[in-house]
Amino acid sequence: MSNPYSNIFRIAATKLRPLLFILSLIVLYRGHQQPGGGFIGGLMAASAYILYALAFNSAEARRKLPLSTSALLGTGLAVILVSGLLSVLAGEPFMTGMWTTLHLPFGQELHLGTPVLFDAGVYLAVIGVLLTIMFDIIDIE
Amino acid sequence: MQLIRIVGVVFFLAFLTPFIDKRLGKISGYLYALLPALLFTLLLKQLPDIIDRHFIIQSIDWFPLLHVHLSFYLDGLSLLFALLITGMGTLVFIYSGYYMQHYPMRGRFYFYILLFMGAMLGLVLANNLITLFLFWEITSFSSFLLIGFNHERPEARAAALQALLITGFGGLAMLAGFVLLGNVAGSYELTDLLQDGAVVKGSKMYMPLVLLILAGAFTKSAQFPFHFWLPGAMEAPTPVSAYLHSATMVKAGIYLLARLQPILGGTDLWQFSLGLAGAMTMLVGAYFAFTQFDLKKILAYTTISALGMLVLLVGIGTELAITAMVIFLIVHSLYKGALFMIAGAIDKTVGTRDIRHLGGMWPVMPVAAVATFLTLFSMAGLPPFLGFIGKEVIYDAKVQAPEIAVYLAILAVAANIFMVAVAFLFGHGVFFGKKKDPPKIPREPAIPLLIGPVVLSVTSLFMGIYPAILTQPLVLPAIDAVNASPVKLHIQLWHGLNLVFLLSVITVTLGLTLFFFRKPATKALRKFNQRYFKIEFADLFRKLVESFLSFTKRHTEVVQHGYHRFYLMLIFIVSSLLVWYQIYHTRGWGFEANWEEVPFYLIGISLLIITAALGAVFTRSRLVAIILLGVIGYAMAFIFILYGAVDVAITLILVETLVLVLFVMVVYHLPSYMPKYSRPTSRIRDGIIALVFGGFMTALVLKAEFIKISPPISDYFLKEAFTKGHGRNIVNVILVDFRGLDTMGETVVLMIAAIGVFSLLKLKPKKKKEE
Amino acid sequence: MEIILAIVIGVLYAAGVYLLLRRSIVKLILGLIFFSHATNLLVFLAGSLSKVSPPFVQEGQKVAQASVADPLPQALVLTSLVIGFGITAFALVLIYRFYQSSGTVDFDQLKED
Repeated sequence: MSNPYSNIFRIAATKLRPLLFILSLIVLYRGHQQPGGGFIGGLMAASAYILYALAFNSAEARRKLPLSTSALLGTGLAVILVSGLLSVLAGEPFMTGMWTTLHLPFGQELHLGTPVLFDAGVYLAVIGVLLTIMFDIIDIE
Repeated sequence: MQLIRIVGVVFFLAFLTPFIDKRLGKISGYLYALLPALLFTLLLKQLPDIIDRHFIIQSIDWFPLLHVHLSFYLDGLSLLFALLITGMGTLVFIYSGYYMQHYPMRGRFYFYILLFMGAMLGLVLANNLITLFLFWEITSFSSFLLIGFNHERPEARAAALQALLITGFGGLAMLAGFVLLGNVAGSYELTDLLQDGAVVKGSKMYMPLVLLILAGAFTKSAQFPFHFWLPGAMEAPTPVSAYLHSATMVKAGIYLLARLQPILGGTDLWQFSLGLAGAMTMLVGAYFAFTQFDLKKILAYTTISALGMLVLLVGIGTELAITAMVIFLIVHSLYKGALFMIAGAIDKTVGTRDIRHLGGMWPVMPVAAVATFLTLFSMAGLPPFLGFIGKEVIYDAKVQAPEIAVYLAILAVAANIFMVAVAFLFGHGVFFGKKKDPPKIPREPAIPLLIGPVVLSVTSLFMGIYPAILTQPLVLPAIDAVNASPVKLHIQLWHGLNLVFLLSVITVTLGLTLFFFRKPATKALRKFNQRYFKIEFADLFRKLVESFLSFTKRHTEVVQHGYHRFYLMLIFIVSSLLVWYQIYHTRGWGFEANWEEVPFYLIGISLLIITAALGAVFTRSRLVAIILLGVIGYAMAFIFILYGAVDVAITLILVETLVLVLFVMVVYHLPSYMPKYSRPTSRIRDGIIALVFGGFMTALVLKAEFIKISPPISDYFLKEAFTKGHGRNIVNVILVDFRGLDTMGETVVLMIAAIGVFSLLKLKPKKKKEE
Repeated sequence: MEIILAIVIGVLYAAGVYLLLRRSIVKLILGLIFFSHATNLLVFLAGSLSKVSPPFVQEGQKVAQASVADPLPQALVLTSLVIGFGITAFALVLIYRFYQSSGTVDFDQLKED
């Protein structure tokens, strides 16, 4: 298949992909306190790869992914389930939020909880869903 | 003893059958027999306790708010039935071990029949009416599967469906009756209801609830005019006929009536309904049994007759009648189970069960012949068998029944005359008379096929000879349970020369006379039947079902026309009109429109959205339409930001962009124009519908604004988001914590959509080779 | 200010209904998108619009201020947006496959086959 898109688009896609990806991670991380979260982060990360797939092709974009789209989907759902089940192990009802604070060196504190893990699962699942759908549609010839 | 375990273990074994049958193959039937045998001994051990009136009540909460519990109750009546179920079950499994060994779907057979046994045990042990109903339905359902077991045969399928429709209909009516009963008495527990008989009888709902419950009992126990499913059910393999359709399932209705007798019985309505149905059934069954050719059909009609007798006895309801009922119940189960097994054994070894092709076989199968005759004597009510005692008590009960005693006694004698004749017809037709040529050479049936009949006939003999030792301990607690008061009664073989004995003598004499004149009698009766009894109930029922089906088909074709837009149109029109009416009815037409508060930028955005929407509707270019949709999406994102929904706005912008890409990528592959298919008139019509629908949504929003029903749950979220959710972004806290289960469900929905897209695009059907 | 948004919702629904009643499958999808837009706005409006600050708990405080907007409709709309995307994608692929196997974009042709 010859290249129907301009080089500018390709270069932009190449440069934007890691940028958007890192941005999506930031959005995911701070989502519990500030605007953002798993859905928005997932949408951004997926956009990065969709842009790449449009500029090149879906096979190329799939290669850039650390996991296959279906594995992302499955991992996402598994993370969601695990985050819910952790509280069951502690004897609480399914999906009770549990929090812990890690004390990092230099006086930093990291506040972690199962809802954050849940959000990460949503993030992965959204990426998986979007990329499965979009890559398959881009593949239509 | 845990009653629930008794029921549970049977179901457990039922679900193990696929694995067991694969391992053990042909001998599996004999092994299954061990379970009912074990349960039989366990239950028998409870007998002394029950005689001492130490009843067992156990309950596990199931739906406590609805008063539905998995509760169980063991008293004399349920113990008697449970013993019948497990005892007959043991013999039937041994019998099936041989009978079913070459059937292709043997494992499935054992699964169904174990399912039935578990349900039947649950039914008689249940203390909660709703639990009882549940098991009742499982027995109907497993009976359906077993009647239709030879599903290649259209007759079997039809008979199975017929039985299911009738018993299912009755079961539903019964459920309604149970709910009424529970509402009146305030409990579904039988043990509570037994205290509340007077309340129930005095209630306004008494008549409807009795009639509804009777519908269930009568359909299950094949009472006239619902009797016809039972002869049809003879399509089932013979072990099933012996077990379900003579000894156990058809007695479920009798069990229910006997169980409810102390609660509902004793009124005119009860006595009249049970008396009429029972008497009709008794006569119709006995009469039709006489003119049948098929051994199993003969037995089926005599079963119907016996069930009628039992219902009649419950209806009379005196202590003596209940005694007669309980004894006759045992008598009947013993002889009818045995006779079915013999009919099946003959069918299996000789290849036919048409009485016209059988005869003179006693020299080749002496054991079967002896067992049969022992059983038939009990059926005909000859001494010293239990059947004799049964008949004596029945006559006694009827002679002493209040008011209508004479008619009842005459009816009972008439039915019994036919029974005697049928018993001799059966025995003589198979074992004596001329030898015929059946398809296979007659020989003694295999031992497993004879164990059942021999055990049952010997039991019946001994229970007749030693009534005080063997019969009384079983019978008295059951009578006790029905009468709800202890009975002092001595069951004996010999009552002395009295009216009752005279009636017995008359019965046997007339029965034998009818038997000796069987040839002219059957001939005349068949002719009579052909002329006057042309109406076959089964045919009538089939026609009813067929006409109902064609009626619904005609109506379905009108409603289900296959044009998506007319379905939608109907939904839109109906919902618009209903909501418009409701808005007018509850809120009136007045609207508070306060235009002054509206900020100018909101008006601008709104006008943009409205213009874009109109453009998207009327353009013929797909590209323009989708771009305008994008404009609407971004404009909405702006509205969201205006009112503080930051996360929503970001999400909407991202989603909107992706939808645009998606749309372009897919529509690219479709034809490039959007043709106008509809005529102008239909476009105007749709326009009006659309405006009416849109208008009511606007009205709805405006009206809903001013209704505040209860404080919003958001207040809780606002207060606890940080303290309990540890997050400052409240929307995110709701999504991942407070309403996390919803989000999980959503992720699953998304995943299903992704799998749908994947399977539509990647899993293409293989192209046919000719193309 | 609800009046203008109520009218917008009405127009979006009317457009959706009109498009859903067309025979062309592409218009059907457009109608679906209109419907989901309208419904999202409706759900959003179900919360009060009188409070407009974003629903966040301010730094240093434990409880959200009284002026923040209702967060629940926002969470619902957010969920529905993402699901809406899934539905739209599935519907689009479905009509694509429909066109591929039937060679038409007219729904009435479907009945005859």
